[in-house]
This record gives sequence, structure tokens and C-alpha cells, in this order.
Amino acid sequence: MQEQSSSFDYSVIDDIVEAQAALGGSIIAILQDVQEQFRYLPREVFPYLANKLKISQANIYSVATFYENFSLDPKGEYVIKVCDGTACHVRKSIPILERLKKELGLIGDQHTTPDLLFTVETVSCLGACGLAPVVTVNDKVYPAMTPDTATELLNSLKKEAADVQTA
Amino acid sequence: MSKQLSTEKIQSRQDLQAIRDIYTKSYEAEEKKILVCAGTGCISGGSLEIYQRFINLMKEKGIACAVELEEEPHGDAVGIKQCGCHGFCEMGVLIRIEPQGYLYTKVKIEDCEEIIDKTIVAGELVERLAYTKDGQVYARQDDIPFYKKQTRLVLEHCGLIDATSIKEYLSVGGYTAIEKALFDLNRDDIITTISDSNLRGRGGGGFPAGRKWAQVKSQPDGQKYVVCNGDEGDPGAFMDRSIMEGDPHRMIEGMMIAAYACGASEGYVYVRAEYPMAVQRLRTAIEQAEAVGILGDNILGTDFSFRLKINRGAGAFVCGEGSALTASIEGKRGMPRVKPPRTVEHGLWDKPTVLNNVETFANVPLIIERGADWYKGIGPDNSPGTKAFALTGNIENTGLIEVPMGTTLKEVLFDVGGGIRYGKKFKAVQIGGPSGGCLTEKHLDLPLDFDSLKKVGAMIGSGGLVVMDEDTCMVEVARFFMNFTQNESCGKCVPCREGTKLMLDVLERIVEGEGRDGDIDMLLELADTISSTALCGLGKTAPSPVVSTISEFRDEYDAHIYEKRCPAGECSKLKSIFIEPTECKGCTKCAKLCPVGAISGKVKEPFTIDPAVCIKCGACLDACPFGAIKEA
Repeated sequence: MQEQSSSFDYSVIDDIVEAQAALGGSIIAILQDVQEQFRYLPREVFPYLANKLKISQANIYSVATFYENFSLDPKGEYVIKVCDGTACHVRKSIPILERLKKELGLIGDQHTTPDLLFTVETVSCLGACGLAPVVTVNDKVYPAMTPDTATELLNSLKKEAADVQTA
Repeated sequence: MSKQLSTEKIQSRQDLQAIRDIYTKSYEAEEKKILVCAGTGCISGGSLEIYQRFINLMKEKGIACAVELEEEPHGDAVGIKQCGCHGFCEMGVLIRIEPQGYLYTKVKIEDCEEIIDKTIVAGELVERLAYTKDGQVYARQDDIPFYKKQTRLVLEHCGLIDATSIKEYLSVGGYTAIEKALFDLNRDDIITTISDSNLRGRGGGGFPAGRKWAQVKSQPDGQKYVVCNGDEGDPGAFMDRSIMEGDPHRMIEGMMIAAYACGASEGYVYVRAEYPMAVQRLRTAIEQAEAVGILGDNILGTDFSFRLKINRGAGAFVCGEGSALTASIEGKRGMPRVKPPRTVEHGLWDKPTVLNNVETFANVPLIIERGADWYKGIGPDNSPGTKAFALTGNIENTGLIEVPMGTTLKEVLFDVGGGIRYGKKFKAVQIGGPSGGCLTEKHLDLPLDFDSLKKVGAMIGSGGLVVMDEDTCMVEVARFFMNFTQNESCGKCVPCREGTKLMLDVLERIVEGEGRDGDIDMLLELADTISSTALCGLGKTAPSPVVSTISEFRDEYDAHIYEKRCPAGECSKLKSIFIEPTECKGCTKCAKLCPVGAISGKVKEPFTIDPAVCIKCGACLDACPFGAIKEA
């Protein structure tokens, strides 16, 4: 068994497991809560959970890699999701995605900026098709976007982040 | 003294009736209401801030307002409510005002004061906020053409009652059907009623719900489950989300009836991770129902007990498939398994399970209350009832609609939908998402129901209707869906995992202008193999959008492959960029900018682009000060 990392706060995991045990939640629910806490699944979590729940690491890993929502890589503080469901797609969502990636200097498969401030990804459908094309930032919905309004949105987020830092 | 909901649990039929009576009276006494749409769409437009602003303004102005129904109403308080999606999402934020039935569109926070002063206090219309079409002002919601042609039964409460309050649901006759089921009907009667009504599963397959329930009931007694599929993964569909957000108790009541009839005591709602608002509303609804004793042990003093849990999905389209969904609830990878045995015999945790989708369950209370004959009177014999559709894409009125089954495509698109956006020409509508097909002009008179659509190679699916105009490339649409299914393929069976990859490769090369002779035949052959050999329904239907676009728009495929041309002008790799000689002033700007040196010419004379060198980056297009550079 792998050794525990001393810098990692395992009590957060303990609390989550305890809360989910009371609700009868499965490993999926536990991983969802962990991800909500850290914005991704840190590698320390796998051996710890395996030991605690008496299931194999491989089992947890198989679940974590199956579902789209789980990320093994750290995500940005602002997770921007561009909806590429059918309705958004026919109302031209891809140019919005391209603009965002260009503005943030994200190339190819790169989704997160090196400073861990922004993550840009697509999502298959947010069910807000009446407002297509739609972008969400940390689950807040921004309707009827264009590449230009996407740039504006990005600028206001950058400003917000800078304000938080200086404050 | 009758019971107070806030302090005591409902323990008998009489309790329930007495309490319903209190809130019905309270609801009726509340003459003036401000109904603020709190669906996902309008919230993104700021409707919750507007809701709060109304409350603050009324306080400032000394107008009594009630955020919740009260047991002892004082008649003149204005009710203010967060209700479910009105459906006309394009026009949000939407506010409905009672008693007049006015619908205000595109409301901003600055408009609140005027609405209070003019409409609430003086009873007048704020005309600039009313819906206007072709110069005509439609003050009342019911008169707007978008609503007039609809039959809203499943969605009847959406937009009219507070979606966050069990009191409101009770006040409009909520939980009457479960009351009737528990006290006036036996379990067989319920299943007979549902079977006779011929309610068919709204998730896409159209399997008769009554038959499913009867199969579960016929299994030996013991642990059984009722599971609601709220994993509405089809891109372009949001009917179930709107029901879960706008009228959660209706769906819960439907599940309770199924549970009672089939002998289940536990239920699960599986909701997509992308629907946080639906999860929140359902959670509230379940907590409220538990608090008053409508969910829990010995419901209404009977021996029927039912507990309901919510499971959040984690982003896998395949979990909309029954056996994958139950696997996901169990905490496993959501992969379908070979059937039989079917879910009705070996479902969740290997126990007999009733699995229906949100809209199906939401139909149940209506059928139990009003009877099978009433239900059969709506729509065609083989597909009775109504269907909610999400009308999206290049259409004038996008939003959530509900029409009787069998309504023609033309009526949906042009009467309810208001026609194609920007006056463009109708090309096709994609129905049934990645498992469905496209309908074209020749299908305009086709009735939308399970069987008619099946005959033309499409399916009703969960009800997404994505409208496409003349500027949409159908090969690109096919590529889009194949890309989606390929991404979402769980990888368990070879035909889906490898077959969709091969089909996607072919489609990608066609839209990039690298299509070859024989590609269409290759696509059709792959489609045939996948359809007949894939493990689950989603795999089997994955090639449908391709097959359907080939059969309807083969000429577009041909143009891409043989002429290297995209007739709709959408595929960027197939665009050609040229300089219109009569408009070019020879300023040299484009030639200097061109990254590959494809543009040449003499100063002050028309320049030309060498198509063999041009990489179609479009840099010159944006730069030309005279608009002389064009795309074809």
C-alpha cells in the first residue's frame, strides 16, 4: 500500500465518506463530493479511499475514468463550459470555443491555463437550448453568446480574479 | 381545528383532504399574483434578482405580499412566486401576472417598479413589455400564438404555481391521484387503468408503461424498485429538466403510484449532472413531502411506505440506457449489459425494477385522476396523450412546448414555432437526437407520434426537435452526431466502439474535402453492421442520423465527395475565397497580409488569389477595406 502524503488533508475525505455513508451514497457520490472540494480528484485520494472503503484502487480508478465529469488533472478556478449540444452547435458555438481558447492561449488538447485560473471545455448539452449558444462559468449560465461577448466575459472574469488577488 | 402543515404530519385521507382544502382556499383567495419564471433559462437572465426586487419594492411601497401560501390568508396580499419554466425561453425573463393573465417578456430589473405601479396597483397593462408580433400586441399569455396551439397537460402547472412549494401543489389538487390510488383503487385497478390508457414510455422507445408495471408486479414479492430516468442526455432536449424544475411533485406522485401498484418501497431519481437546478428542486420537494408525511412510512395511514433518493449522474450519455443507469446507481461504470433478462426482472441490485422517464411518470397522476378513456381521447389510438418537445435551433420561437401526439410537423414548426428564423428556408428538423433521423419538407404533414415516425426511419426520442435552415450542412450534422456518439460510446461492445470510430473517420474526411468514391457505400455498410450487432439501443441507433441524411440529402454528400463543394457553404475546408475584380482597388493590403503568399497582382489593378496555394484562413476577408474579397 502506498504511504500517505503528509501534506494532504485527509480529514476532508473522512468527512465526505461519513456524510455519504449516512445517505447510502455510492463511490460515485463520494468522488463527486471530493471533486467539488478540490475541483479535481487528487491522486492521494485513490489509495486512501481504497483502504477506507475496502475496495480496490483499480475499481475506484475505473469509475473515475469512465465518467466525463471526473478529472484527474487540476482544473482552473473558473471552469468555462461551452455548450456544444445540437441546438448550440447549429447556432454556431464552435467559433465561441475557438475564440476563448485563442484568447487564453490554449493550444490543441490543452484545456487549462498554466496559472490554473481558467479551464475551457465543451459540454454536450446543458438543456438551456432556448438560449443557444450557451456558455457556463462555474455553473452560472450565460445565454445567447457570440465570440465577442465571450471575449468581454473573459475580460470581466480576469478583472474579477485580479481584484480578488489585490484585495 | 384542522391540522397545520407546518407542525403535524398528514396521517389519513381526511387530513390530506382538509389540508388541501385549506390551501385551495388560500390559493383562490389570493387574487393578485406575480409569477416569476425560475427556470434555468430565465434565471440566467436574472429572474431571481427580479423576484427579490419585487419583494423589496412591495415592502417599500407598503403593499402586502406573500411569498408562501398561508393557512389564514389575508385577502389583499399579492402572491409572489418562483415558478417553473413557461417554455418561451427565447423571450425571458418571463413574468405572468394574475388575475389578468398578462405575460411580460424580456423583463429587466428596472421594469419591476413600473409593473407594480401600473399593473399590480392600477390593473393596467405595461404595453412595452407585452409580446408583440407583426405589430399586434398580445397582452394575455393564452392569446399568444406560441401558447394558443398547445395543449399543456403534463406542463399545466409549469409557470403557474410555485415550483418550490408543496403547498402550492396541494392547492391545485396535488396528491389527489395517489389518494385515489390508495383508497379507491386496488393495485390491479391501477395497472389496468395505465394499460388501458395505452401510456407509452416518453423516453424514446415507446414501450407501454402498463405492460412494464404488470411485469414487475407479477414478480415474486420482496424488494422491488421504482427508478425515474432523468438522465436526459440527448443534445437539444430539455423537457424532463423543465418538469423536474417546474413541477417536481407531479413526477414524485407518478412514481409513488407506480411503487404502490408494483409493490416497491424504494425509488431513485437519476438526474444528469448538468442539471443542478433540477437536483435542487427535487431535493426540496422530497424534503417537503417527507416533512408532511406524504413520503415515508405508512403514507396517509396505510401500509404503503415509500422512500425516494436522488442520484446525480456524472456525465455519461450511455447512462440513459436502462441497464447502464441502474449500474451507475449501484456505483459502477455505467455500461449496458446483455438483455434479457430485462430490467423488470433483474434491474437495480438485481431486483425487479420499474424504470420510466420523467415525462412518463408525470403523465400518471392525470390518468389515474381522469381515467383511461379521457386520456385515450387525446391524440391517435396507438400513441395517446400529449408530448412535450424542446423546439430549438434555427426557429423563431425556441422553447418548451406540449402538443397532442399526432400533431403534424408543419403545425409544430409554423403555428407554434412561428417559422424559420430570419425568414430563411426550412431545410430539415432533427428529431430523436443522436438516435433519431431528420425530417424534411416532404414530411411536413407527417403526424408526430411513435409509429408514424418509425415508418420514416426517425424516432420521437425524448422529444428534441432541432430545426435547421438552408445554411446548415447536413453532412456536417451527421458528422456532429457521429462525433457525439463516438465520444459517448462506453466501449463495451466492438461494433459501437470501433464502428462509430470508422464512420466518424469517413465523415470527417468528407467534410474536409478528402472524400473518396465509395465512401457513401462504406458508411451504409458500417451502419448496417452496427445496427444489427451493437449491444444496446444507443449503439444500435447510433448510425441513424447518417443513414437518414444520406437518404434525404445524398446530393449534398455527392457534392462534398465529387465536386469538393459544400452546398450550404458551412464546411470551411471546402470554401473558396476569391477577389471580385470590379470591387478590388488594388490596395495590396490583402497580399501583404496573406500568410502563404497566395495573393498577387499589380498595384491599383485587381488582385487574384491562387486557389492552389490558399489555405482558406480568411485573414484577407476581414482585412479588405472594400469588401471585395468573397467566399463561395
